[in-house]
Amino acid sequence: MRAVVTVTGKDKKGIIAKVSTFLSEKGANIEDISQTVLGEYFAMIMIADISSVKEELSTLAAQCAELGKQIGMSIYLQHEDIFNAMHTV
Amino acid sequence: MFSNKEVLETIAMVEKEHLDIRTITMGISLLGCIRDSAEETARKVYDLVCKKAENIVKTASDLSAEYGIPIVNKRVSVTPVSLLCAAFPEKAPLIGKALDDAAATLGIDFLGGYSALVHKATADYERKFIETIPEVLASTSRLCSSVNVGSTKSGINMEAVKMLGETFKQAALLTKDKDGIGAAKLVAFCNAVEDNPFMAGAFHGVGEADTVINVGVSGPGVVKHALEQIPDADLTEAAEMIKRTAFKITRAGQLVAKEAAKRLNGQFGIVDLSLAPTPAMGDSVAMILEELGVEVVGGHGTTAALAMLNDAVNKGGVMASSRVGGRSGACIPVAEEIGMIKAAEKGAITLDKLEAMTCVCSVGLDMIAIPGDTPATTIAAMIADEAAIGMINNKTTAVRIIPAPGKTVGDEVSFGGLLGRAPIMPVHACDSSRLINRGGNIPAPIHSFKN
Repeated sequence: MRAVVTVTGKDKKGIIAKVSTFLSEKGANIEDISQTVLGEYFAMIMIADISSVKEELSTLAAQCAELGKQIGMSIYLQHEDIFNAMHTV
Repeated sequence: MFSNKEVLETIAMVEKEHLDIRTITMGISLLGCIRDSAEETARKVYDLVCKKAENIVKTASDLSAEYGIPIVNKRVSVTPVSLLCAAFPEKAPLIGKALDDAAATLGIDFLGGYSALVHKATADYERKFIETIPEVLASTSRLCSSVNVGSTKSGINMEAVKMLGETFKQAALLTKDKDGIGAAKLVAFCNAVEDNPFMAGAFHGVGEADTVINVGVSGPGVVKHALEQIPDADLTEAAEMIKRTAFKITRAGQLVAKEAAKRLNGQFGIVDLSLAPTPAMGDSVAMILEELGVEVVGGHGTTAALAMLNDAVNKGGVMASSRVGGRSGACIPVAEEIGMIKAAEKGAITLDKLEAMTCVCSVGLDMIAIPGDTPATTIAAMIADEAAIGMINNKTTAVRIIPAPGKTVGDEVSFGGLLGRAPIMPVHACDSSRLINRGGNIPAPIHSFKN
């Protein structure tokens, strides 16, 4: 099962490190990562395989949101199906 | 595979444009609960609803977290209650109470199906059942009621229309300390659908499976935002943009509906894509029409803009879901919708214009407050007008009108929460009682004969 992790907010140091450390501690495998910086605005999108994560997806999503609050960014972790459904025919 | 831009677009839809799954509604057949007595039937009904829907709130919250899209309402619709108590219609309130209790136990805000289908004629037990509606709506808080008074195939049952005029009046009077909220939980339909997930008109039709999951998706804010990106587009392009946006929203609904059905052991029913406004700023159908170029909703051109909007939404929705149903289209309630309230307060939108708008969109006169001294026969005549529009145009129409006790034009009613507030709108003072008191049926139109 794959999830999409989206991190957005004002650019600052160490965001990728913090988010990827968190995910790897949970047992997720990051398969793809891309980021863009538009002025001060930062957006990073990761695709992670979460098949070996012990927590339920909903719990992991809540933990990501919590981590986001701690580092002052907005973090979403969502099942990839929602994007496949909405953006592919 | 989706692109980064599409991921960010989805997140913006949720964060800034109020995209949500408006409701997951579980339809439950109660026909197997019928017993010898009303008391025993009520017990069975309570037990079955509590058992079948016990996980609805948790499942919705899990799905919402997993997909990152809010699921606003969790609801249940049931077999029209009049059918369960045909043998003891006077005791129907016992079933109503059991359903209201079940909704409270489940932690859901509304349960629909205190309903009767009398589109051709009113059987004795239906008549007695309809008489119980005002009292039941006054003594319960989560139960919703609906009555189908006409259809394209059978014409309009004018005896039922007359009864419903009185029922609305009575339902409002019995709840006069709450601005007549009883009437806000009652709908009179023509061509009612059996798989509608939206309240107050949801019921579970007899042609349906035992347990069905129907999902209602919404997102007027998303459509408005999409149109704001192309301010100078011609209407062909605007329609295309609405269609594409509706497609995306409906796909989200389809995904949630299928997954919810699996987890709740129900059959996937339908996705209903209705642009249903909320009191939130920007989440408004009126504002889409204004974005299209009508200065204030209700102005000339409103009906044309709404026709285009409704049709484009349906086209995008049909392409996106394996089963589209319910009433899909644009809802234009006056309470619940900030753009409509503003237009009504300015006097820009009137009942007559709203009636015209219902000819081209999915619902009818919805959540409209009128003076408390409006005669029952005038309300019945409004129901007859809407039913006629539905009957002739092969579409569903509905009336949910609140004759607010003790209030008149210039006042407003306030129900709080999802039902919102509404200014009292003026009605025509001329008398319609002679028409209504004639009774009988308006025969089915010529195009109902298609065999």
